[in-house]
Amino acid sequence: MQEIIENKITESNGVATEEMILNMGPQHPSTHGVLRLELLLEGEIIKKVTPHIGYLHRCFEKHAEAMTYPQVVPYVDRMDYLASMGNEFGYVVAVEKLLDIKVPERVEYIRVIMAELQRIASHLVALGTYGADIGAMTPFLFCFRDREKILHLFEITCGARLLYNYMWVGGLSHDLHPDFIRLTKEFIQYFRPKVVELNELLTNNKIFIERTANIGILPVDVAINYGVSGPMLRGSGFKWDIRRNDPYSIYDRFDFDIPVGQGLMGTVGDSWDRYYVRVLEMEESLKIIEQAIEQIPEGNVSEAIPKRIKPPVGEVYARIENPRGELGYYIISDGTTNPFRVKVRPPSFVNLAVMDELCRGHMVADVIAILGSVDIVLGEVDR
Amino acid sequence: MIYDFLFELTGSEFLAGLIQSLLPLFLFILPFALFAVWWERKISAHMQDRLGPMRVGWHGWLQTIADILKLLQKEDIVPRDVDKPLFNLAPVLVFMGSYAVFAAIPFSGAFIGSNIDLGLFYIVAVSGIVVASILMAGWASNNKYSLLGAMRSAAQIISYEIPTMIVVVTIVMITGTLNLYTLSEMQTGYFWNWMIFGGPGFGVDKFLFIPLMIIAFFILYISTLAEVNRTPFDIPEAESELVAGYHTEYSGMKFAMFFLAEYANMFAVSAIVSAVFFGGYQSPFGYLGNTLGIEWLIPIEQFFWFTAKGLFFIFVQMWLRWTLPRLRVDQLMALCWKYLIPISFVNLLIVGLITVL
Repeated sequence: MQEIIENKITESNGVATEEMILNMGPQHPSTHGVLRLELLLEGEIIKKVTPHIGYLHRCFEKHAEAMTYPQVVPYVDRMDYLASMGNEFGYVVAVEKLLDIKVPERVEYIRVIMAELQRIASHLVALGTYGADIGAMTPFLFCFRDREKILHLFEITCGARLLYNYMWVGGLSHDLHPDFIRLTKEFIQYFRPKVVELNELLTNNKIFIERTANIGILPVDVAINYGVSGPMLRGSGFKWDIRRNDPYSIYDRFDFDIPVGQGLMGTVGDSWDRYYVRVLEMEESLKIIEQAIEQIPEGNVSEAIPKRIKPPVGEVYARIENPRGELGYYIISDGTTNPFRVKVRPPSFVNLAVMDELCRGHMVADVIAILGSVDIVLGEVDR
Repeated sequence: MIYDFLFELTGSEFLAGLIQSLLPLFLFILPFALFAVWWERKISAHMQDRLGPMRVGWHGWLQTIADILKLLQKEDIVPRDVDKPLFNLAPVLVFMGSYAVFAAIPFSGAFIGSNIDLGLFYIVAVSGIVVASILMAGWASNNKYSLLGAMRSAAQIISYEIPTMIVVVTIVMITGTLNLYTLSEMQTGYFWNWMIFGGPGFGVDKFLFIPLMIIAFFILYISTLAEVNRTPFDIPEAESELVAGYHTEYSGMKFAMFFLAEYANMFAVSAIVSAVFFGGYQSPFGYLGNTLGIEWLIPIEQFFWFTAKGLFFIFVQMWLRWTLPRLRVDQLMALCWKYLIPISFVNLLIVGLITVL
């Protein structure tokens, strides 16, 4: 750390120029939370970026060891707080794998619907805040307006808008609200034109393209070496989606595409591609929700919830496709009611590591554009 | 002219001049800035499916007054490591710079701060004070973000003064005057006499001028947007990158001064655009006062038209701001040097040829 604190002074033609260190964050409007980026600048050109994390560290993993298995669920909500349903999904899939139990069909369908709605909500925040980072405030509010509809669906289902504690090991806390199916169908009807609106307002805006195309190019080999996943990896043109490549739950039953970056406006793997992959993914999620709503069977959502969860000694790794990438849970059981160890593989944390690689040679304003396209949630980075 | 009236009233040249120069401030800029802040909030809100301020007064129209009262009461925080004299001077200077512009702007046929012959030139020159004070604020704040913002601002404003000046010269070649009052008077009558429609007279050159004038208008409008740091050129104060740029460290009334100056500047450039291309205070359809034979109605009508045109251009500025993202600083420079300046030069040459022939 010490070597970058020292300013390098270079002299040419008798003029001494000094590199500047700029602290971006933790109190900065565009770092998406309490992230601190230490930028080493030469003029406005980035020489090096060092992300400093830990401002939101809550000891989740250690904390989980003191809880029983069901008690951990509300805590995983608080990791990626924009995609709580996804976090719960991953955790319950892991524990169910450990317990080797099968959940009713209806539960699987509801989980998929919730996870995909959550993906749309999460991507809406990502796209909206990205627009706001670039300077377009209006798409931000449009996105939040649409996200509100999804939060309303969650609210009528389980009473909470952000941190749900909805998916339990072996089942769900509540069955669907009688109006849920109708409202979801209405939402799909409502939302499809809104994606077109977003594309007209922001995606294909000349200035937006200028700001994002060819900025922060992530070649696919670098992406794989860094372990990047989710829309970032797909933005680099690599077709990898856990829902398709390692299907969990009932994702193998649905028909959907996996959009990848194609370099439509610049190079494959630039910020615009990452952005656009998210836009397309929202459409795919809508497709999945439509199919799931058609096929959803009747049933009891809480019949398989075990009275007491005491898995056999062993370990399990389960991964799901969260809106931000591959979310993995590695759980070790020592045969008691508390997990011996819960290790999370957070997509945001892994994706953030590639910041320095992406930012070098760009300008200060581009750091914002790149960070927005990486789409981190600090709750998950720090846990 | 209002000066003669004031001179008769007070009997002193000095007092008449003083009152005349203060009138735009109290009659116009302060109420306007109060109004424009509220207006911008309402416009942005309605563009974004929100309501905006609703609580203070009818549809929140007193909100800005409440805000100003709040800012007045606030503690005047001067950070420890700032350059105190410059830090305190900058907000005053920035406001002075934007206020001084109003001296040469004709609000109506009877009301102009100072009817100087070099009006347009004076305005471009005086707005340079704004750059200097922004630099001052950025430097004195002793804050890296402020410094970056100020440097960007200086680079931006200086670059965009070039196309502005070229367009002004183009206009001068046609009209032969830099005096905004004379310029406005030339465009009297109906709207086809406005410069954007080729100016007064009905020669062949009028129709040749129309496309050139439209190009010139767009160049001038884009440049003035950049000069007042509005989106898509609000790079110096880009709140998502530089927090607030050069006025990050300012609080209370000093911040309000920057804010006020920004809105005053917005109106100033809108007024220049309307005076140069859209007939200034001239009505597009003739005057009710002439029809009815009421002499004193005409200046009031002119004032109305002037304000309406200014507000229209401000509305366009706000509309752009709440629609467009922000350019990057090098793209901004590229736009200026690669497109606006060459196009305006060519425009100038063609206009020159037409005028000579």
